Amino acid sequence: MAATDVTMRVWRGDAAGGEFKEYRVPAQEGMVVLDVVHTIQATQAPDLAVRWNCKAGKCGSCSAEINGKPRLMCMTRMNTFQPGEPITIAPVKTFPLIKDLVTDVSFNYEKAKAIPPLKLKPKEADGTRRMFQEDVDRVQEFHKCIECFLCQNVCHVIRDHEENKQWFAGPRLFVRLASLEMHPLDIADRSEFIKDHAGLGFCNITKCCTEVCPENIHITDNAIIPLKERVVDEYFDPVMWLLRKLKK
Amino acid sequence: MAADKYETHEYDVVVIGAGGAGLRAAIEASAQGVKTALICKSLLGKAHTVMAEGGIAAALGNVYSEDNWQVHFRDTMRGGKMLNNWRMAQLHAQEAPDRVLELEEWGALFDRTPDGRILQRDFGGHRYARLAHVGDRTGLEMIRTLQQHAVHKGIDVYMECNIQRLLIDGGRICGAFGYWRESGRFVLFKTKAVVVATGGGGKAWKFTSNSWEYTGDGITLATDVGADLIDIEMVQFHPTGMVWPPSVRGILVTEGVRGDGGTLKNSEGKRFMFNYIPDFFKAETADSEKEADAWYEDKKNRRTPDLLPRDEVARAINSEVKAGRGSPHGGVLLDIASRRSPDYIKKRLPSMYHQFKELADVDITKEAMEVGPTCHYFMGGVRVNADTAASTVPGLFAAGEVAAGLHGANRLGGNSLSDLVVFGRRAGLSAAEYAKASAGKLTIDLGQVEEVANTLLAPFNNNGGENPYTIHANLQDCMQNLVGIIRTEKELRQALEEIEKLKQRLKRVSVEGHRQYNPGWHLALDLHSLLSVSEAVTLAAIERKESRGGHTREDYPDPDPKFGKVNIVIRKKNAEWSLAQEPLSEMPDDLKVLFEEKK
Amino acid sequence: MSEQVATVPTTRARGLYQQVATLRKDAWWVEPALTVTMLTTFIVYTTWAALVNVHYFVDPYLSPFYSPCLSTNCAHPTFALFNWPLSPAMLILWAPAGFRLTCYYYRKAYYRSFWLSPPACAVRDGHKVYSGETRFPLLFQNLHRYFFYFATIVVLFLWWDALKAFRFPVPGSHAYTFGMGVGTLVLLANAALLSLYSFSCHSCRHLCGGGLDVLSRSPGRLKLWQKVSRLNENHMLFAWISLIGVMITDLYVRLLSMGYITDLRFF
Repeated sequence: MAATDVTMRVWRGDAAGGEFKEYRVPAQEGMVVLDVVHTIQATQAPDLAVRWNCKAGKCGSCSAEINGKPRLMCMTRMNTFQPGEPITIAPVKTFPLIKDLVTDVSFNYEKAKAIPPLKLKPKEADGTRRMFQEDVDRVQEFHKCIECFLCQNVCHVIRDHEENKQWFAGPRLFVRLASLEMHPLDIADRSEFIKDHAGLGFCNITKCCTEVCPENIHITDNAIIPLKERVVDEYFDPVMWLLRKLKK
Repeated sequence: MAADKYETHEYDVVVIGAGGAGLRAAIEASAQGVKTALICKSLLGKAHTVMAEGGIAAALGNVYSEDNWQVHFRDTMRGGKMLNNWRMAQLHAQEAPDRVLELEEWGALFDRTPDGRILQRDFGGHRYARLAHVGDRTGLEMIRTLQQHAVHKGIDVYMECNIQRLLIDGGRICGAFGYWRESGRFVLFKTKAVVVATGGGGKAWKFTSNSWEYTGDGITLATDVGADLIDIEMVQFHPTGMVWPPSVRGILVTEGVRGDGGTLKNSEGKRFMFNYIPDFFKAETADSEKEADAWYEDKKNRRTPDLLPRDEVARAINSEVKAGRGSPHGGVLLDIASRRSPDYIKKRLPSMYHQFKELADVDITKEAMEVGPTCHYFMGGVRVNADTAASTVPGLFAAGEVAAGLHGANRLGGNSLSDLVVFGRRAGLSAAEYAKASAGKLTIDLGQVEEVANTLLAPFNNNGGENPYTIHANLQDCMQNLVGIIRTEKELRQALEEIEKLKQRLKRVSVEGHRQYNPGWHLALDLHSLLSVSEAVTLAAIERKESRGGHTREDYPDPDPKFGKVNIVIRKKNAEWSLAQEPLSEMPDDLKVLFEEKK
Repeated sequence: MSEQVATVPTTRARGLYQQVATLRKDAWWVEPALTVTMLTTFIVYTTWAALVNVHYFVDPYLSPFYSPCLSTNCAHPTFALFNWPLSPAMLILWAPAGFRLTCYYYRKAYYRSFWLSPPACAVRDGHKVYSGETRFPLLFQNLHRYFFYFATIVVLFLWWDALKAFRFPVPGSHAYTFGMGVGTLVLLANAALLSLYSFSCHSCRHLCGGGLDVLSRSPGRLKLWQKVSRLNENHMLFAWISLIGVMITDLYVRLLSMGYITDLRFF
């Protein structure tokens, strides 16, 4: 409980310009980065813009880049840093800046609108829906997503290439697409959408999305690669193509 | 003054709040074919519903076929100390199963029984395993399902938009006025009906499971236009919030921990809940550890006292800590590590495991958790018609935590998620019908709007005044210390004085910077609501001179049958509160029977 | 009050702090540097070993780079199909090479380290334009499963070689005797590691059951998929140790053949 100070360099500014401003606040046991930001707000910079809600890693609002790493501020404990060293907090890079730590994440909401929705097959004869845990397990992993958009932010396809935003949906949406495609009762076919509209081919599986996911969803291995394989089934595998033709 | 001074939108129904209730209301209103807008303070999908962990109560009877709506109804009423609106409790119990199945139809994937149906888990106060769930992140599943459904239905969503006042024309709702958080610009909604689904006001307390959004907006929006509140003194303190480290104090620890076998212990290692079984629940509660443990496997045994309704458990923890048998940081111990295997714990309670590991360096598969009561839920709120969710103001509807009646004096865990979808749907439906039937032109009084706009901007003109964060912190201390779990008239009166001082200080509040995404300004505006709600809670708490459910008076420690038959009604007129005691509506005989035959 | 509104920007742009390539303070470059070193070493060694066309067989050990040996001029032909004038390694190495080149793990490794796209997470991409795997030639990454089929055939031969490594020539006669040497273990370990790598492959996981939406109705494939999924979690680990393993195996046979070391016989 030593009353040492922590030094934090926080980006202050908007799209027109800004700078990293240094703040010092007293450290407290068990503090996370978001606590420090709140202390700064309450005592030094009341207009410091930051998004947050649950402060327990469940809502995915407080995404930022802490010492250059995309993370949730509420789940980054201060004792993971070297005492005395200044910590840099910047807004997420991939989305347009609104102010300070707040960015315009509407890209993600726009992309979500275009996704072909769930389409269930008819109910069982007894009027119920039957699904089994072993089928649901896989999709439940995807449903853990808290939409913090850190995967979207870290993905170099759009992080470093603004123009790709037109034709690339990003890891979060691939997780969503995988959850629909693997839903045991869904009968919609999204292969074409995934390939041509969501831009799955742009992903070069460099796995940064998986690395930053605060929910530890295996985005690349369990969502993106299985989707790639499904697209291969449909578009790039001559034998599969032949088999499908013969079945018809 | 020009009408186009403010960005203006026109709708039939405007839903304020995009948690479970707001989303469900908007989906229903839109499905009825009326032009619907959904407005939320945060981004879509971040509402507090995501924090709901344990599950959604619905008598599906998948695990125990003996379960049905009558049993659920009875549990809800008894849990609420019979102060509930019986009709709401009935509708809720009857319709919850359909709403759960509807969620599944829209994409929710609940945990499964071996035969492929929805699995249900045990929870406090529920006679049978009744909560459909997804591990311990049921709320997230629900909000995401509703969110995606709403998005695919093309409902207009206004995110990070904060409604500050409702507008009235001839006693009817005619609009809503607020600002965009991003730009600070004002926005005006002309609408025939408004559904408030904004949750409670737990952010007035220091140790709370609620997020910053829980500033009682809907309650204040409603009372500012003259709507009645009932039983607003009924604030639920969830027995198990985290207590250590200080920065996470108050964050919720799901009741599912106890539902899945966890038990409460004091510093002596004793399962103290056996000493706190009230007479009301003696008949159905186990009185030995052996029977309590057997209950998990076989429901023919009486249930463990660890799963008594939340008010009982919260008070018990409070007493243990006061008696000096608390844990090192002022809570008690919640132990599942010694009772269940690590694999089971990780499978059933993944986000609890994660939360303790990340935030407290505690491995819950190896050590006990330190827990203590945390401000959690408003049972009271806007008075609504049970069937239509209509408030006492024409055109204003309320659903979810902001509405009162269903939960009476104490809410059972799992009943809030079902509340959201059952009454969210009903509110959306009634609002749409009201809007369709509403005749005559509604006119917005622009003078009224201008006045509100000026009030909202006032903090920018007070230089060197009060800091909004300080006022908020002082309010939280006041409510925590004086209007907490155990209340006395003396302290409540003291709280009123404090609140009055804070109201005066709020008039001098000043904010720095400009209107663009300015949290200091946003908080300064939210304080209007926080203070108003705090005042209402305190006044109602003074009025109810008994102890019942979420309201415990040290100076009136027992339930008083006289108060058991009334709602405390509070309403605001010309900025003055007035209180009344109004009788509960009489339960019909066919429902009364459900309580008699079990005696 | 209009002055407070005036500061709201009308353009949508990213923040200016982004002009630096990264704000990361840790040694993010270590991982790509290590990958480059390891992969370069392997490629250089393999290319040399595959081209030299000598010292790849010491009875009963055959280097995995030359198995199956399909040319009549092999030191130890598996199937002498035809006469190939160059190194017989070239006839088969395209299969495991292609398998690794199109492997989902190695793609990550070399896109990051060689292609700097991106060099590490939240570090700026080394390229101005980027089209991922949407165009020729990277579109061919989609043929990974075919390389998986061919590479699996090669692995089967490596098991065959490992079995034959229990069969030692009796000096001075044409007879063989059952035995085991360090080389036998090396070949066995090599076949085992390569199998782990092959069968933990993402394409394999998909083909085993990942492509199905309802696994519960095919219990056999569900089990298989679950097993492969567990293996798949360690695909990266298997990729590296099998890579090092196959190099060591060749080196072992090579050094034996060159007479620098002798094989320890257990029996």
